[in-house]
Amino acid sequence: MASSSPAATTDREFLNAAPYPVVVLGPDGALLHSSPSARRLLAASAADGVPPWLLRAHLDLAADGARPGPVRHAHPVAGPVEAHPTPRPDGSTVWWLVTPEGCAGLLPRTAGDGACDWELLTRLSGLLLSSLNVDRILETVARQAALHLADAAVVVAPGGRTLRLVTCLRDGDPAHVQVRADPAEVPGLAEALQGFPPVPSRWIDPDAAPQWLRPAGFGRVGSVLVTPLPGHGVPAGALVLLRAAGGGPFATEEEVFARLFATRAGAAVSAAVMYSEQAAVTDLLMRELLPPRLEHLDGVDYAGGYRASVDRDRIGGDFYDVHPADQPGGETLALLGDVSGKGLEAAVMTGKVRNTLHALLPLADDHGRVLNLLNRALLTSRHTRFVSLVLASVRREDDRVRVRLSAAGHPAPMVLRADGRVTDSTTLGSIVGVLPEATTCTDTVLLDPGEACVLYSDGITEAKGGPTGREQFGEHRLRQALAQCAGLPAEAIVERIQMLTAQWLRDGRHDDMAVMVIAAPPHGHLPVVTGRRGDTA
Amino acid sequence: MSTDTPPLTPAAPPRGAAREGTAPAPAPAPVPAPAPQVPAPAVTASAVPARTPAVSVPVVSVPVLVEQVWEAVIGGDQARAAALATGALEAGLEPEALLLDVIGGLQARIGREWAADRITVIQEHAATAVNERVVALVAGHPAFAAVAARQPDRGRVAVACVDGEWHAFPARLLTEVLVLRGWRVDHLGAQCPTPHLIAHLHRTAPDALALSASLSTRLPAAHAAVTAAQAAGVPVIAGGAAFGPDGRYARLLGADAWAPDARTAAERLARGLPLPSTPHQPVDDLPHLADQEYTLVSRSSRELVGAVMAALERERPAVRSYTPLQRAHTLDDLGHIVEHLAVTLYTGDPELFTAFTDWTREVLRARGVPDALLAFALTVLREQLRDLPRSVAVLTAALSTGDAA
Repeated sequence: MASSSPAATTDREFLNAAPYPVVVLGPDGALLHSSPSARRLLAASAADGVPPWLLRAHLDLAADGARPGPVRHAHPVAGPVEAHPTPRPDGSTVWWLVTPEGCAGLLPRTAGDGACDWELLTRLSGLLLSSLNVDRILETVARQAALHLADAAVVVAPGGRTLRLVTCLRDGDPAHVQVRADPAEVPGLAEALQGFPPVPSRWIDPDAAPQWLRPAGFGRVGSVLVTPLPGHGVPAGALVLLRAAGGGPFATEEEVFARLFATRAGAAVSAAVMYSEQAAVTDLLMRELLPPRLEHLDGVDYAGGYRASVDRDRIGGDFYDVHPADQPGGETLALLGDVSGKGLEAAVMTGKVRNTLHALLPLADDHGRVLNLLNRALLTSRHTRFVSLVLASVRREDDRVRVRLSAAGHPAPMVLRADGRVTDSTTLGSIVGVLPEATTCTDTVLLDPGEACVLYSDGITEAKGGPTGREQFGEHRLRQALAQCAGLPAEAIVERIQMLTAQWLRDGRHDDMAVMVIAAPPHGHLPVVTGRRGDTA
Repeated sequence: MSTDTPPLTPAAPPRGAAREGTAPAPAPAPVPAPAPQVPAPAVTASAVPARTPAVSVPVVSVPVLVEQVWEAVIGGDQARAAALATGALEAGLEPEALLLDVIGGLQARIGREWAADRITVIQEHAATAVNERVVALVAGHPAFAAVAARQPDRGRVAVACVDGEWHAFPARLLTEVLVLRGWRVDHLGAQCPTPHLIAHLHRTAPDALALSASLSTRLPAAHAAVTAAQAAGVPVIAGGAAFGPDGRYARLLGADAWAPDARTAAERLARGLPLPSTPHQPVDDLPHLADQEYTLVSRSSRELVGAVMAALERERPAVRSYTPLQRAHTLDDLGHIVEHLAVTLYTGDPELFTAFTDWTREVLRARGVPDALLAFALTVLREQLRDLPRSVAVLTAALSTGDAA
């Protein structure tokens, strides 16, 4: 422009405030200067430098200095662009890029000096979306906000009686802090923590900011911005941005960017809050339905293994339990069963069956009676499900273990002798929950040291796989596998069976699979110790 | 071919079975035990004159102890194994040395003995079960609690085996070592489905996940777990024989760290793992997967096994007269070959397959089984896969090292 003084061209501050994107191209089309908004506009179509359409228009300019007309271009992001050239005396040309909405149309792409942009926002969103853990996300929010938006950030966590803060200085690590303080001391904070009513982000007087809001190690506060994290019905907390004294206030663009960041952070936090609440509920309910850890009890070894039909679930329609005798020398009741159906519904039903059986423990001497009472309970319930199971009353008698077995519609347990012989117990009975009366015939088995009784669900024998992928594992393979396990500790037998069936299945579909081993400990035996620290399996 | 040995390859490599140069974590220490450091009683230290701590430290010779416990474990004498272990603790052996040098050393030896056909796979199961019981027992010993109580709280770490991995013992040892060193450990154990593992990581947000895998066929599953954990913001340290003697597969799959044994893992964790960088897709690590060879081979593994078995029965009269059990074993073995081929295609490292076939040859030789059938099976497989250039190259390399051997 003819009126531009040399001083103004060297100091190109004015370009930042230009109402439209501006670029200055040299005679050969080289990019000499550009305003930040122009850089963003051009970056969308060319990796760097001048996009071809503008270069072409530039090189087509008449060399005689006649006043050229504007060039029109359809920009993929900003829409229609009119490029107005203004030749300069030194042969360069200023191109004013007129967009219908001016710079405002390009604003969300940025905040401030170009360090914050769409690319950054996308990357931050990716970081925020990666976790479903509330604390982890709050840390990410604090760390990234301190890195890109301010000198320090404080995230106030939603919920809880005390205020939970995650603070982070720029380039530092987030720290968790708990304070007993009233959020109402900070204007807008209480509302932000309740998630209602909606409040805009607001400036507060740095001197009025309470001490607990300043991260440890942070000097004098210059400016403070409180932005609620919108949680869409779930309180998601608030983000407090702090700048050091002398750092200048937040520019409008930066505030806009902070708000965009807060929107995404809020969505991530609320999703994590909902997830963790659901997970806590699931965990609580699941804990009651998970198969128990089995161990050594009254001179007898017990071990169990369970694999749900859906690997994602840990529960299903099979179950087992071991109830210790109520008096010394009494009988322990072990049981393994299979509710019709699979998945969560079946698992809920196993919970009811297990509770019912637990309540019937005082009658456990009489297996027929227990099965009949359970039968009646199932017939009168509104569920149409039925259950097959094996009851095993176990008592140590000197070196040997006596096991009374009663099957009800369930595969008869196998007995593994010390010499590797595998026999079937002869117990047989009707399924529970179908007929008006449940009948069973009980079999008594005596186990010498090193011998074991193996209870299993039909998921084991009906596991389809093998070389063809269609063959069932079958009783004969189970028998073969057990024959090799003579003298093994109970948990090793369980593991061996689980391993063989898993190899048989490969990735094939399968029903719930449960197996329980009741073993008479061999001589020189070491009881299984459980209840280890940190064991969550 | 003898009737009671697998005709081609073992049914499954046992826990801790070491391929050549592949030390399963933790590595045994053949050196005599360093003098255990028993802290001098602080209160009386100044009052008791001129009593050097070394005098009060009983000498527990690790090699002797290993030999004694080995006898007990292999003989199934659990009580004696436990008594030896607790006795060593009470004589002043550091709990960590007991876990890693004695019990871990035993476990590695079980693998070697099995590979050399000196014990059966069932004995191996039994010995491992005894070892596990001994670990459970000594972990409850007051000496363990005393050591753990002296440590600062280091944070929380999850220890898990890769989905489908049955060799839980190395992970168990690592868990106990980390507890000793002051970590809060969530031990997720063997056969941990990846979705369950990831849900756990989201719920608890540990400082790191220690992922154990012994079988290289589990590497694709390990890869899924590594990327999923990192996407959940949890850095991963990988360990176990599956990741290669130098940890090359841990690096290949993008794990944040690798450790050859439990001690190194504990030291690496103590230094802290950086948070994983921007989430990435599994395929970003392994661009060669674009040729689909892995998918094709793993999807048609059953057909491939069937084709090779048919060729064996056609060409080798001995195979025709197999008993059903021998036939089932052979099918299993062919399945393992195809599985290892598939995982080799997944990693893109032909050495993985060569190492497997070399190791198989050694195992066969130890059992007096001729390895001609192995070469025959590889040749048939190569013919079946002639349209897949990477598979052909892998099988050719394995066949040529076989000729050289």
